[in-house]
Amino acid sequence: MHAPTGTFPQRVAIAIHDQRLQAALNHASGGFVHKRAAQVAALPEFEALRERARAVKEHVLAHLDGYLERYEAEVIRQGGQVHWAADAEQAQQIILGICRQANAKTITKGKSMVSEEIGLNAVLEAEGYRVVETDLGEYIIQLAKEPPSHIIVPAVHKTKAQVGDLFDEHHRPLGYTRHLTEVGEMVNEAREVLREHYFKADVGITGGNFLIAETGSSIIVTNEGNGDLTQTLARVHIVTSGIERVVPTLDDALTFLRLLARSATGQETETYTTVSTGPRRTDDLDGPQEYHVVLVDNGRSKMLGGPFREMLRCIRCGACLNHCPVYTSIGGHAYGWVYPGPMGSVLTPLINGIDQAYDLPNACTLNGRCQSVCPVKIPLPGLLREIRRQQFSTGLTPGVTRLALQVWAWVAQRAPIYHALMRLGIPLLHRLGRRRGHLSWLPMAAGWTDTRDLPAPQGGTFQQAWKARQGAQR
Amino acid sequence: MTTPRTDGRAQVLAQIRQSLGRSGPAPAPITPLPGSGPCPGFEGDVVERFVAKMLEKSATLERLGSLAEVGAAVARFIAAVPAPPRVRVSGALAGIDWPPGLQVLHGAARREDHTSVTPCFAAVAESGGIVTLSGPDTPSTLNFVPDNHLVVVRASQVLPHFEDLWARLRASGRPMPRTVNIISGPSRTADIEQTIQLGAHGPRRLHILLITD
Repeated sequence: MHAPTGTFPQRVAIAIHDQRLQAALNHASGGFVHKRAAQVAALPEFEALRERARAVKEHVLAHLDGYLERYEAEVIRQGGQVHWAADAEQAQQIILGICRQANAKTITKGKSMVSEEIGLNAVLEAEGYRVVETDLGEYIIQLAKEPPSHIIVPAVHKTKAQVGDLFDEHHRPLGYTRHLTEVGEMVNEAREVLREHYFKADVGITGGNFLIAETGSSIIVTNEGNGDLTQTLARVHIVTSGIERVVPTLDDALTFLRLLARSATGQETETYTTVSTGPRRTDDLDGPQEYHVVLVDNGRSKMLGGPFREMLRCIRCGACLNHCPVYTSIGGHAYGWVYPGPMGSVLTPLINGIDQAYDLPNACTLNGRCQSVCPVKIPLPGLLREIRRQQFSTGLTPGVTRLALQVWAWVAQRAPIYHALMRLGIPLLHRLGRRRGHLSWLPMAAGWTDTRDLPAPQGGTFQQAWKARQGAQR
Repeated sequence: MTTPRTDGRAQVLAQIRQSLGRSGPAPAPITPLPGSGPCPGFEGDVVERFVAKMLEKSATLERLGSLAEVGAAVARFIAAVPAPPRVRVSGALAGIDWPPGLQVLHGAARREDHTSVTPCFAAVAESGGIVTLSGPDTPSTLNFVPDNHLVVVRASQVLPHFEDLWARLRASGRPMPRTVNIISGPSRTADIEQTIQLGAHGPRRLHILLITD
């Protein structure tokens, strides 16, 4: 896979000047925002659902060990197997082991962000397995050898012309020689090509949107039906899921299902909601002979104990990406790993190490839109601020920034000095910017003023205005 | 392979408990969270709501007076598409009279199948969905492999909400089936430039035969 290279600022610079990417982002983000808003407006219970979802997740997290053990016992009772992976490497080894034991050659995959997180495809391919992504978006980026740029629509950055070229390159050897220009033709061709693989597959790997403790079931939701073909036609079905995805009951799952599609794609519901419980029964005519669940921890159990516990409520809907002014300007690849946008800026340093991805939490404007649309009410801006605080206290913040912040803190905590400096500075800025009404250059702030102008202050300081106002009211 | 599995389990559970400030399992059984999630309210007839929601999601629908009319309705549908006169029919619908000229097959779906006909366990009005359970007479490949999926729904099977579906499943006394499929229209994708295209991997057409007896 072509992993994103360079530093975050370098990747951002490339993304902002990539006209095709900008066109794709503009086209996509507005649509998701409007469709979600329409669904929310049509459901008076939406706010109550969010609150209930938050409460259910907090309840589960407080008893996570108990619910996972209950879930495990039910899966086993239904004839399935549960595997626990403390980290990405354990997860890879467990899945490799299952594939070896199944004597597998072809592996089909439904969309799974956990499998992206643990870098599964590269490991399976290195062992000689033929791995085929079946979600159309995942299939496209697999052909392009790129990571997903969005957790729900992984190929959102690709135009149809680019998809046409990719299909030319990869489908021609299979006998598909016509160059395609229409979306309908492309979907049809991918359908035909992927059909071959579904019926040939030995192992089918899917994600798990929700794990149900009371029944030992896993739930996936898709629009394409690819997850169902993947898990029904292969001999072995492997579910990969984060340990935080367990919910107590089937009824609890409904709360999340009602939030998920509306928040993710602005649909009332996805086309297919599938509840899977164990392998093929003795008198079944189809379905997998083996059913495995790989529960992936990979940093989650550590998050449970600290200030980032709330991040474990995330149901991976992508609403925070769609509503983020930074994500919608730079796309997913600039973030450098599989989880982009606000949720990714929290998860990436937490999973990969706080000394990784320094820029991500700092690229947030703290505008708060992500929190306001999050279906499980995760205070994302607060969590990003907490990562910044930890970066500062562990010495990760660069020297210049540290010094500036220390000077600022020193001044801001001393009111007389602060006021004196403001009374000096504000009129100065006012005079400097009087002619044009704005300042296009400031000493030591070129990084800010290079790309935008600072409106020149008008009149006195805030403190002066406040004092005058209080005086007038008395 | 057994060793790392056990190690992972112990490691994960130990870290969870450490994060929760415990050294072992919780001393008392878990008390379920009181209350339940809100259920979206709606007014009007449950069956009409189901019909409207399914049509909204690109399914097609024909109303029939009785089960005896299903055979002819399937033949009409196939002629209209048009599709080959061969259908893969769920064993649960074996009693239906099929018009001559229509080849009827049972069993799990095969690659070459164009059309399937299945019953459903229930249907849900709330946001629109038909619900099938996997079983010896209802292989779940029938729902996904053919281009055309025809579903026989009795009006009395339509439930208001998904909570009612779980209640009906529990009341049926059957064990949890391997697969519960909730299907809300034909297969679709918007993965290329957000252009909605039907028939991504699953059926291109979902046709409901609603029996209003």
